[in-house]
Amino acid sequence: MDLELTREQKQYRAEFRHFVREELLPYANDYDKQGFIPRSLIDKLAEKGYLGAVIPTAYGGLGMDQVSYGLLNEEIGRACSSSRSLITVHTSLTSETLLRWGTTAQKEQWLPLLAKGSTLAAFGLSEPGAGSDAAGIATAYLEQDGHYLLNGVKKWITFSQVAGLFVIVATGAAGITAFLVERDTPGLTVQPLDGILGTRASMLGEIHLKDCRVPAGNILGRIGWGLQQIVNTALDNGRYSVACGSLGIGRACLEDSIEYAKSRSQFGKPLKDHQLIKQKITNMVADVKAASLLCRNAGYLRDKKNPDYVIQTTLAKYFASRMANAAAAEAVQLHGALGCHDSLSIQRYFRDARVMEIIEGSTEIQQIIIADHSIAGLGAVL
Amino acid sequence: METAIQTEQTATIREFLQQRIGAEIAFTDEEDIFKLGLVNSLFALELVLFLENTYQVTVENEDLKLEHFSTVNNLSDFISRKKGL
Ligand SMILES: Cc1cc2nc3c(=O)[nH]c(=O)nc-3n(C[C@H](O)[C@H](O)[C@H](O)COP(=O)(O)OP(=O)(O)OC[C@H]3O[C@@H](n4cnc5c(N)ncnc54)[C@H](O)[C@@H]3O)c2cc1C
Repeated sequence: MDLELTREQKQYRAEFRHFVREELLPYANDYDKQGFIPRSLIDKLAEKGYLGAVIPTAYGGLGMDQVSYGLLNEEIGRACSSSRSLITVHTSLTSETLLRWGTTAQKEQWLPLLAKGSTLAAFGLSEPGAGSDAAGIATAYLEQDGHYLLNGVKKWITFSQVAGLFVIVATGAAGITAFLVERDTPGLTVQPLDGILGTRASMLGEIHLKDCRVPAGNILGRIGWGLQQIVNTALDNGRYSVACGSLGIGRACLEDSIEYAKSRSQFGKPLKDHQLIKQKITNMVADVKAASLLCRNAGYLRDKKNPDYVIQTTLAKYFASRMANAAAAEAVQLHGALGCHDSLSIQRYFRDARVMEIIEGSTEIQQIIIADHSIAGLGAVL
Repeated sequence: METAIQTEQTATIREFLQQRIGAEIAFTDEEDIFKLGLVNSLFALELVLFLENTYQVTVENEDLKLEHFSTVNNLSDFISRKKGL
C-alpha cells in the first residue's frame, strides 16, 4: 500500500484548496444561515469540473482518480458540508452509479449533462416510513404497457429542490428496482424541507410521485436488483464521499482550534500553553490523522478496484464521521462561548458533523456491517 | 470433466467465499449460499468486484441472475462462460 500522494494528486489538492479559500470558506456560514447555496456557486463547481470529477473524459468529466476525488471531498467538506453534499449525491450516489450500471443509452444521454452540471442529480431512497431498513420502502411501481407508474413519497432528499434527475427506488412485482425519473415528469412534485440541524444549505426536499409514468428504458440496473445492485453501489460511493467530507470537518475543527488556542489568553497565558488544551489538540490530531489514513487507504483500494475497498470504505466512513463529532465537540469546548455562536463556523461544524453519523448508513448500521464482516474473517478488514 | 483451470477457479472462489462467510462455516460446492443465509448486505457488491478483479471480466446487468452466483459451481461456470472457456 502506497499512501504517498503523486505529484498530480498534490497539484489537485493545491487547486482544491485555492478554490475553497476563494470561493467557499468566506461564504459558507451565510449559505448555512440562508438555507441554500446559490446557483453561482454551483456554476463555479461545474466550471472547475468538480461535479463530474470522476466521470471519464469521454463523457465530459475530469476522469479523476479516487484518491484525488477523496481529496476534493475533504477540501470542500473542510469548508462547507452542504456543498460537499451536492458532490456526494450528484457525483458519488448518482453519476458514478449510472457510470457503473447504466445502459449505453442512459450513459450517453445523462453523463455529459451531469459531468457539466447542466443537470443536477439526486438520490431518492428514504421515505417517511423507511430509513435504515431500505427494504421497507413503500413507493411502488406498477407495469403498464411497457411503462412503469410510480407512486409514493421520498423524504430527506438532498438537493432535490434543484435536481433535474432523480434516482427513485421503488418496490413492485419484480422486486425493488431503481428508476431514472426526470423532474418534469407529470405527477412529480418537490416540497422543500426546512429546519434540518446540519448541512442546512443542502436544499432538502420531499419528492411526491403521483402516477408518474416512466418508460422501461429508465430502469437503472436490473429489474428486481435495486437494493443489491444500485443502492449498494450508490451507498458505497456515497460513503467514500462522506468519509472524506467528515475528515474535512475534523480538520477544520483542529485547524481552527489551534489558531484560537494561540490567540486567546486566560490566566495570563495563551490557551495553547495550558496542559489540558494540549491534550485536546493531541487527541484531535491523532484522530484526524487516523481518519486521513483510512480515507486514503479506501481511495487507494478503490483505484485498484480491490474488492476489499467496500469494507474499507465502510470503516473509513464509520471512523471519520465519529471522529468529526468528537473533534467538533472538543472545538466547541475549546472556543467557549464563541464556539456556541454563529459568528464563527465551529457551531456549524458541530451541527454538520451530527448528520455524518446518520447519512449513507448510520453509525449503528456500520457497526452491524463491520462487526459481521470481522466475525466472518478479519482478512479483508485489517 | 473439469479442467485444471476450472479446478483452480473453484478453489479461488471458495477461498473468497470462506473469507466473507467465515472459515469455519461448511458448505458444499452445490449449496446455495444465499438460501443458507450466509451473506450480508455488502456481499453482492463485493462478489461482483471480486469476480471482475480476479478474472478480468465485466459483470453486466444481464448477468445479474441469482443462479449465476448462488453456488461455488455456478460461479465457476459463470466465469468460464464469460471467459469463453
Ligand atoms: C441531512 C440529511 C440528508 C439526507 N439525504 C438523503 C438523500 O439524499 N437521499 C435519501 O434517500 N435519504 C437521505 N437522508 C435520509 C437518511 O439516509 C436516513 O436518515 C438514514 O438512512 C437513517 O434513516 P432514519 O432517519 O429513518 O432513521 P431510522 O432508520 O429510523 O433509525 C433511527 C435510529 O435507530 C438506529 N437503528 C436503525 N436500525 C437499527 C438496527 N438494526 N440496530 C441498531 N440501531 C438501529 C439508527 O442507527 C438510528 O440511530 C438524509 C438524511 C439527512 C439527515
